[in-house]
Amino acid sequence: MSHTAHIESTEHSNHEHGKQSFISKYIFSMDHKMISRQYLITGMIMGCIGGFMSLLFRLQLAWPGHHFTIIEMLLGKWGKGGVIDPNFFLALVTIHGTIMVFFVLTGGLSGTYSNLLIPLQIGARDMASPFMNMLGVWFFIASAVVLVCSFFLETGPASGGWTVYPPLSALDKAMPGSGTGMTLWLFSIVLFIISSLLGGINYISNVLNMRTKGMSMNRMPLTVWSFFFAAVVGLLSFPVLLGAGLFLIFDRMLGTSFYLSDIYLNGVGALDNVGGSPILYQHLFWFLGHPEVYIIILPAFGIVSEIISNNARKPIFGYTAMIISMFSISFLSFLVWGHHMFVTGMNPFLGTVFMAISLIIAVPSSVKTFNYLTTLWKGNIRFTPGMLFSIGMVSLFISGGVTGMFLGNAAVDITLHDTYFVIGHFHLVMGAAAIFAMFGGVYHWFPKMFGRMMNNTLGHFHFWLTFIGAYVVFYPMHFLGAAGVPRRYYEFTLIPEFGVWVDVNIVMTLGAILGVSAQILFIYNFVKSIYWGEKATQNPWNANGLEWTTPVEHIHGNWPGPLPVVYRGAYEYSVPGRELDYWPQNEPGDDDMVEIKHEPVSPESPEVDTVESDNINTDTSKVFFSSFARLLGLVKV
Amino acid sequence: MSNTATIQSTKPTWAGGRSPFNVSYGKLMMWIFLISDIFTFSSLLVFYGATRFANWDIWPSPDMVFNHFPFAGHMHLPLFFVSLMTFILIFSSVTMVLAVEAGQRKSQNEVAKYMLLTILGGLTFLGCQAWEWSVFIGEGARMYGNNFGLTEEGFKYAHSLKLFDHYHWQEGFRMAGAPQFSAFFFLVTGFHGLHVLSGVIINVVVYINVIFGTYERRGHYDMVEKVGLYWHFVDLVWVFVFTFFYLI
Repeated sequence: MSHTAHIESTEHSNHEHGKQSFISKYIFSMDHKMISRQYLITGMIMGCIGGFMSLLFRLQLAWPGHHFTIIEMLLGKWGKGGVIDPNFFLALVTIHGTIMVFFVLTGGLSGTYSNLLIPLQIGARDMASPFMNMLGVWFFIASAVVLVCSFFLETGPASGGWTVYPPLSALDKAMPGSGTGMTLWLFSIVLFIISSLLGGINYISNVLNMRTKGMSMNRMPLTVWSFFFAAVVGLLSFPVLLGAGLFLIFDRMLGTSFYLSDIYLNGVGALDNVGGSPILYQHLFWFLGHPEVYIIILPAFGIVSEIISNNARKPIFGYTAMIISMFSISFLSFLVWGHHMFVTGMNPFLGTVFMAISLIIAVPSSVKTFNYLTTLWKGNIRFTPGMLFSIGMVSLFISGGVTGMFLGNAAVDITLHDTYFVIGHFHLVMGAAAIFAMFGGVYHWFPKMFGRMMNNTLGHFHFWLTFIGAYVVFYPMHFLGAAGVPRRYYEFTLIPEFGVWVDVNIVMTLGAILGVSAQILFIYNFVKSIYWGEKATQNPWNANGLEWTTPVEHIHGNWPGPLPVVYRGAYEYSVPGRELDYWPQNEPGDDDMVEIKHEPVSPESPEVDTVESDNINTDTSKVFFSSFARLLGLVKV
Repeated sequence: MSNTATIQSTKPTWAGGRSPFNVSYGKLMMWIFLISDIFTFSSLLVFYGATRFANWDIWPSPDMVFNHFPFAGHMHLPLFFVSLMTFILIFSSVTMVLAVEAGQRKSQNEVAKYMLLTILGGLTFLGCQAWEWSVFIGEGARMYGNNFGLTEEGFKYAHSLKLFDHYHWQEGFRMAGAPQFSAFFFLVTGFHGLHVLSGVIINVVVYINVIFGTYERRGHYDMVEKVGLYWHFVDLVWVFVFTFFYLI
């Protein structure tokens, strides 16, 4: 196949085929595969920056006041005497959170894999609008650059926590980072929202409109489903952050008092503002903020489903249940933002409602984890690095998810709110879990992205070190939190009751150093494999997806010649009575061939429509969506 | 690996299945964008509602603020001008519908005519908004506050609670309105005006394309439909802004 592919590759698609200059191929590329690599590399660079920051503040937490030459060297005036300045500590915490949540786990994860896999797995030549896709990645890179640039301000970057609650974010005199640093933060996030909007519109319309023949919605790989849901959730929640940001910008620059009331600043006199409410910011923020964690974890679910099913050589357990649970998670994610705000003086009845809905999310989440476990059950498991990271993701997701039940409970949350318990919870359930899925995805689709294989042994070392590191860092945080240690504190030795936790902090910091250093292995493996890795075959994992039917060398339009036709679902592994233990989606079975004999076989004849309508009429999703379409008057009844 | 590729047409089209909504991907993308924009405006309006209810006793009555009309001096004409603005904007939606309909009949001249009318409607609306803003600012509305009075109920309530402290109390029994009253007005109508302005610009681009026959050559007027969707959306949002900022 790959041999013929090269011969045919000159006569196929609807893209022009002139010689591409360096700029149009590597920089302002409109090819989704290149854009996906741009997202991945940007995400990795941001991940390195964010991870390194965590090391800096973990040093401070473990050895408060200790002189570190590295801190003095790197931070200059913020590291006088080798100790991090308290304000800069807060800046580090804030920017670490922002980078990890938005730039690594949203842009890096969703951007990379949605761009790579949606067109390849549904059999499309490219995204619906390649130009908008290119704009999206450049807005993303620009926003990342703006955020990193805020480190070079004299007053330092934003330091009011990644949630940038007013008044710290609304008053530029509140703390050093509230000045220009906060302005740049907002600017960066507005660029990020534009990028996510451009990407999301593309992903959704691509999934809905550009599937190849036979790729009905109920045959799509779960990866595509998960990117689809994540895009929908992002599309509906990011605009609300934009609204919140608009009010914040007005409060900061134009003297309005949306979030401010007559509060005292540094003990000198009340402000002129009156009547505003900072709680409203929290409502708007968490209306984004909670769906945001599902924007992060849904693609992780999709990637893990694909890898686990492929490497257990078994069909994914409960394909439809997976889709339904992702749908319910997406839907419920919009109704639970209040569980971040139990201690804001919310009416207890409202808190109860938010609590009930929040705890209901545990049901679809458990459906998913049990489905992963049952997929693994009696599987013919191959422990590739991608598989290890996927299993690791399931493990972290369960550990972190269980603590979510504590935090979702309004009464328990009152003691646990803003403690290390919360930090431990979300770092496990969405931080480390999503990062693990991202690593798994890199190992699994590296042959597709770069045409070479990554080193397996290094991958195993990388996995075990990262896995141990993740648990050593985040697991003890639950004990700290239960003992009441608050998050974002500069040092605990000042408070006698928390002094006992310093030893645990040392262990956690050692874990962090272990985990972060393990990433050096990964980067070494990644860079080395791009240039000198073993050449990949077309379908190295014996997988079913359409992405493995494209030639190893990337070409514009993905498939030389016509698009593949899909005959079956994405997870038909180890079908009884079949010689091979996998069955690519585009390979017809005997029944399919009979069906096709009825069609005109001439290559010129446009029999596309007949097969298409056959497939789509039996498609439940078609029925589902067409009823909506009729409702909206989009199609004539 | 598989020889199935030979069975199909070699047309270099997308060949993707029909969309579930049976619309072209461009129109679908516009719909998706509009859904997203709905959430932006909703967040603004919900925030507005929450703030207004929190400050209901010092919230000025829009009837008493928006009662000016060009050349009418100081006559009390509550909401006359904004009703005219609304009428103009909705009428421009009607001409947009006619342009889309003419596009389906591929009648280039009619599309051009109605697009031009739509653009004029949009520009007139923006002009009205500029006039209204200047009067509003002239009356004392600022980002950080305003000096409009209270509603009658609010005044009675404040009086009964003896709320006349240094902030609320002003010379001549006049009380300052909530500062958010003017701030929200500027932010939300400004944000909507920005949408109208961008709509007008896009309409002008499409209008130029219509005149030069780009869509005639392309064989369909899908682009007119897409900007039409956007234009109707901007109108629809105005209906909500009108309701929440002027009527109630």
